[in-house]
Amino acid sequence: MDASGILQIVLFVGIVVAITPLLGGYMARVFSGERVALSRALGPLERALYRLCGVRPEQEQHWTAYALSVLTFSLAGVLLLYALLRAQSWLPFNPAGLGSMPPDLAFNTAVSFVTNTNWQAYAGESALSYFSQMAGLTVQNFVSAAAGIAVAVALIRGFARRSARTVGNFYVDLTRTTLYVLLPVCVVGALVLVWQGVPQTLGAYTEATTLEGDRQVIAHGPVASQMMIKHLGTNGGGFFGQNAAHPFENPTPLANLIHMVAIFAIGAGLTNSFGRMVGDVRQGWALLAVMGVLFLAGVAVACWAEAQGNPALAALGLDQPVNMEGKEVRFGIASTILFAVVTTAASCGAVNAMHDSLMPLAGMVPLVNMMLGEVIVGGVGAGLYGMLLFVVMAVFIAGLMVGRTPEYLGKKIEAREIKLAVLAILAPAFGILGLGALSIVLPAGAASATAAGPHGLSEILYAYTSAAANNGSAFAGFAANTPYQNGMLALAMLIGRFLIIVPVLAIAGSVAAKKAVPVSAGTFPTHGGLFVGLLVGVILIVGGLTFFPTLALGPIAEHLLLATGTLF
Amino acid sequence: MIHRPKAIGLLDRAILRGAALDAVRKLNPRDLARNPVIFVTAVAALLSSLLAAGDLATGGSVAVEGQIAAWLWFTVLFATFAEAIAEGRGKAQAASLRKTRTETPARKLASADATTTTAVPATSLRAGDLVLVEAGDVIPGDGDVVSGIATVDESAITGESAPVIRESGGDRSAVTGGTRVVSDRIVVRITTNPGESFLDRMIALVEGAKRQKTPNEIALTILLVGMTVLFLLVVVTLPAFASWSGTVIPAVYLVALLITLIPTTIGGLLSAIGIAGMDRLVRFNVIAKSGRAVEAAGDVDVLLLDKTGTITLGNRQAAEFIPVPGVAERELAEAAFLASLADETPEGKSIVALARERFGFHPDGLERDALTFIPFTAQTRMSGVDVPGQDPAGRGLRSVGAQAAPQAAITEIRKGASDAIVARVGQRNVTRDLALAVERVAKAGGTPLLVAKDARVLGVVYLKDIVKPGIRERFQTLRAMGIRTVMVTGDNPLTAAAIAAEAGVDDFLAEATPERKLELIRSHQAEGRLVAMCGDGSNDAPALAQADVGVAMNTGTQAAREAGNMVDLESDPTKLIEIVMIGKQLLMSRGALTTFSIANDVAKYFAIIPALFIAGIPQLQALNVMGLASPQSAVLSAIIFNALVIVALIPLALRGVAYRPAPAAVLLRRNLLVYGLGGLVVPFLGIKAIDLAVTALGLA
Repeated sequence: MDASGILQIVLFVGIVVAITPLLGGYMARVFSGERVALSRALGPLERALYRLCGVRPEQEQHWTAYALSVLTFSLAGVLLLYALLRAQSWLPFNPAGLGSMPPDLAFNTAVSFVTNTNWQAYAGESALSYFSQMAGLTVQNFVSAAAGIAVAVALIRGFARRSARTVGNFYVDLTRTTLYVLLPVCVVGALVLVWQGVPQTLGAYTEATTLEGDRQVIAHGPVASQMMIKHLGTNGGGFFGQNAAHPFENPTPLANLIHMVAIFAIGAGLTNSFGRMVGDVRQGWALLAVMGVLFLAGVAVACWAEAQGNPALAALGLDQPVNMEGKEVRFGIASTILFAVVTTAASCGAVNAMHDSLMPLAGMVPLVNMMLGEVIVGGVGAGLYGMLLFVVMAVFIAGLMVGRTPEYLGKKIEAREIKLAVLAILAPAFGILGLGALSIVLPAGAASATAAGPHGLSEILYAYTSAAANNGSAFAGFAANTPYQNGMLALAMLIGRFLIIVPVLAIAGSVAAKKAVPVSAGTFPTHGGLFVGLLVGVILIVGGLTFFPTLALGPIAEHLLLATGTLF
Repeated sequence: MIHRPKAIGLLDRAILRGAALDAVRKLNPRDLARNPVIFVTAVAALLSSLLAAGDLATGGSVAVEGQIAAWLWFTVLFATFAEAIAEGRGKAQAASLRKTRTETPARKLASADATTTTAVPATSLRAGDLVLVEAGDVIPGDGDVVSGIATVDESAITGESAPVIRESGGDRSAVTGGTRVVSDRIVVRITTNPGESFLDRMIALVEGAKRQKTPNEIALTILLVGMTVLFLLVVVTLPAFASWSGTVIPAVYLVALLITLIPTTIGGLLSAIGIAGMDRLVRFNVIAKSGRAVEAAGDVDVLLLDKTGTITLGNRQAAEFIPVPGVAERELAEAAFLASLADETPEGKSIVALARERFGFHPDGLERDALTFIPFTAQTRMSGVDVPGQDPAGRGLRSVGAQAAPQAAITEIRKGASDAIVARVGQRNVTRDLALAVERVAKAGGTPLLVAKDARVLGVVYLKDIVKPGIRERFQTLRAMGIRTVMVTGDNPLTAAAIAAEAGVDDFLAEATPERKLELIRSHQAEGRLVAMCGDGSNDAPALAQADVGVAMNTGTQAAREAGNMVDLESDPTKLIEIVMIGKQLLMSRGALTTFSIANDVAKYFAIIPALFIAGIPQLQALNVMGLASPQSAVLSAIIFNALVIVALIPLALRGVAYRPAPAAVLLRRNLLVYGLGGLVVPFLGIKAIDLAVTALGLA
């Protein structure tokens, strides 16, 4: 890794840390229903939306009602998007004259976007009309992100409140997050991207004649508007099949940096909002520190693995056996690795290189990031509540060691919370290991892997990990668009989203109802370095060890075999 | 003299023998099902035994398979042994108590004024039955004395050899089954049904099968079950993932992997830890009515401590004579001395001692017959002496008695609480100086005792509350642990403040009444704090019931003992502090072993994973960081370590982790280092050592 590479990493981390308190503080005010700078402009719109939808903003919901609202809203989203994709050929803004999606792919895509996964078993430019991209995908990019954030906010309220019956109003949280957080940032961000050269047009694909005299169709469309929310909302669904490796999605190093910062911005900011809302900002910084440690460890491992170069190339007598396969020359190693780690840490799934082509151990880092439950910054909202699930586990395991019933932020962690946290941690593991194993055993599933040996195993493992973790990035080389995979991966995405959200909201309701034990010298401290270390350990042991055997069979085996010159 | 039950050695031979038998008995599936982790281990052991048997039948080599199956059974046995040994220790404590219960005959009365009794076995008595108990009889069950007064030998329960008085009404009416009436006769109303008495509950708490799991234990069990399911998922799906590379994993290895990964260490010791915690309390002569109460003790944030007996020595001591102007100190001292001669209370004795020390007065050589001692009564609230003759000049009264003056004149000397004496002599005889002296004593935390000769108040005896030595340091420790101490006293705020400052408590409740005590507990609880207190009287019952941890004194009323969730057999209110420590130690032991158990998994993975796949992918040998000899010895070593670590940790589970009071942050750092980091490192060393032994012995 050269100096410029290190500088890029330092710059990126510096920007994220700098905007965390700014965005975090702003979001905390938005979630608390306070007036913010944009209230004057957007307030009337907000109130009009409530009136239109019959939402009574002052009426808060019990956690069960909140959960029911999330589920109903998501179900409606799936049905609407499915209908839209199936009816695409009859709908407007379809200059390329694209046909409707087949049912299995439409179902997979609808589930994928509603669950904030954005797994794409299709290539956008050849499968989706502008209308589908804008009214279908981009809308879900906004509301699925807002729904995830709303769930996190409900959980924060649970910890912040005392003896409370309610955890907030889902529709208010959804509306305020979209209006005051996502939309303004996206409007500004999209304009910056347009300045950087990202297209934003409803015009038909351009036909060009190449120097050789061939005809070439150049796809474009309303790209910039989708780009910004795709990253900010950690959705990751690209306009083009190549995602952020495509020059129209990611034209310049500055655009690349903006993308990466956007991916982490809300997830990191939420830790700060959390700290503020529970009345102790240090609690938020501690969580961010845990995320930071795991993130930087991932970056270090991946960089080291890539820097080793490919021994197979070295064997051919190349001077610099740098592994550039599957990478954009424009970005180089550092930006590619950083993007890969960022996008998988944050459950975004946008990619600017093919993870399939990373060195085995570098390719394992994205896999591990997702397997840990997307808690390293994580998906917007999902990262925070996923992290808080691990906090509940860590506090319970080690908290007893100070001789008291474990408590977090004054709330006692008891059987009910443990039961729910265990459920939420088991669900994605089932999605990855259970459904992944099934896909290997059943011929219909195994056929999707194009490579043999450990690499093929990694392809399947990656697909199910990405789906269950609601990440959406693909390892490439995996034939995703088959009826079997469309169905099973959709199932993995649903498990990974809602079997976590429901227990999380139940925990929110449960801790909200509790009294808070005042802090004393006997209180287990959850803001210092010791706690950060403990939490990192629990995440690695509980979250990571589960997958160690499969990783040993996949990327680790591939790495060791590569060293002996065996390729796949 | 209190003699606590003898501490039982950790490795008492008789208990070990009994436990070994019980360990086998506990293999009963119904018993095993109480502990999900160990149940899964037992199923795995059964499965691997069948696999080995199957291979044996087909003529395969089962050397390693058989050993694995055997060690899995050992794992289960070690876990049941741990529980059995903890139970054995608890049962040994309870056994002597239980002995007194069996075969006790009872003389049942049909009604309170019935004259005839019917002989029935004690075990048939139900709540509300009346029994007659006479000198020499064993009281057949817990109850209240409804009529009569008797001395009772309670040494069987408390270890206190001096008999105590039990009488109807008042705060000393409760009797405990199994104790013996030494003199007189009483009629007792039984208050518990068979199987619900004190003793029964105590026995149930130290017996695994009947023990109710405590809230934290339930939560921990859920976590352990969750981890078991998680690792079950890992192991069940593993053959599918391995099949991709054409690797076939022997089924018995998969079983071994599962058992090493699931938290068998804490799973096997969990119940032993709980029982041992109860047992520690019992050895402190405290009986908890539920495990929940012991856990709550660890969580306590506020301790309400009675001043007298807990913070101060029960008795106050005379520290100074303060005469009013115009009275010599010697005259005051002499009057106080005479008035206290017959006073057998510690306060009275201390006045005599002080007068003797200051002025050399001596009780001997006094014509006691001439003196008429007036004892203290609750009505007059004063005591004193009537001395024949008069001594208006104040020359000294000690000679008066000797002269035996024929006059009928009598000098009345009285000492008592200030309001009582003032009421006697009349307000007009109270000078400003006297009022100041009284206030000075009160402000200093003492009790002013007024001494009057007829209608003339001579001055004040300063009775000082003596704060127990070392109590200040204990409160400092408690503060460091985050526990607030609140002193509860009937004293006025002035006195209370002075003693509170001297003892170093955080807060005090002066002029406490049962209502104010209850109110204080409720207000702390409303803020989310857990409150512990102890009490003995009937009027303490509501507060004891309200407190999260209510420790009733065994000498207290039945109402108090019913209301509290623990009973201190020695009736020592200071023990509240130890109870809190025992509660904390119980929770810490659980946390420490859980952390240790989970941290162990890292090393086990590195032992077993290479062994599983090495046949298919030889390069995975690189993960064999411990350099274990062969796949067979690696798996075997991991499973042996997994079993042996349970045995190795039994003493820790029984004794509890070392506990020194400290702030949570310090405890966490120390325990994380020992049990977290230790849990990571120890198995690497242990498995390697076992592997060397296994290879040397040619077992694999």
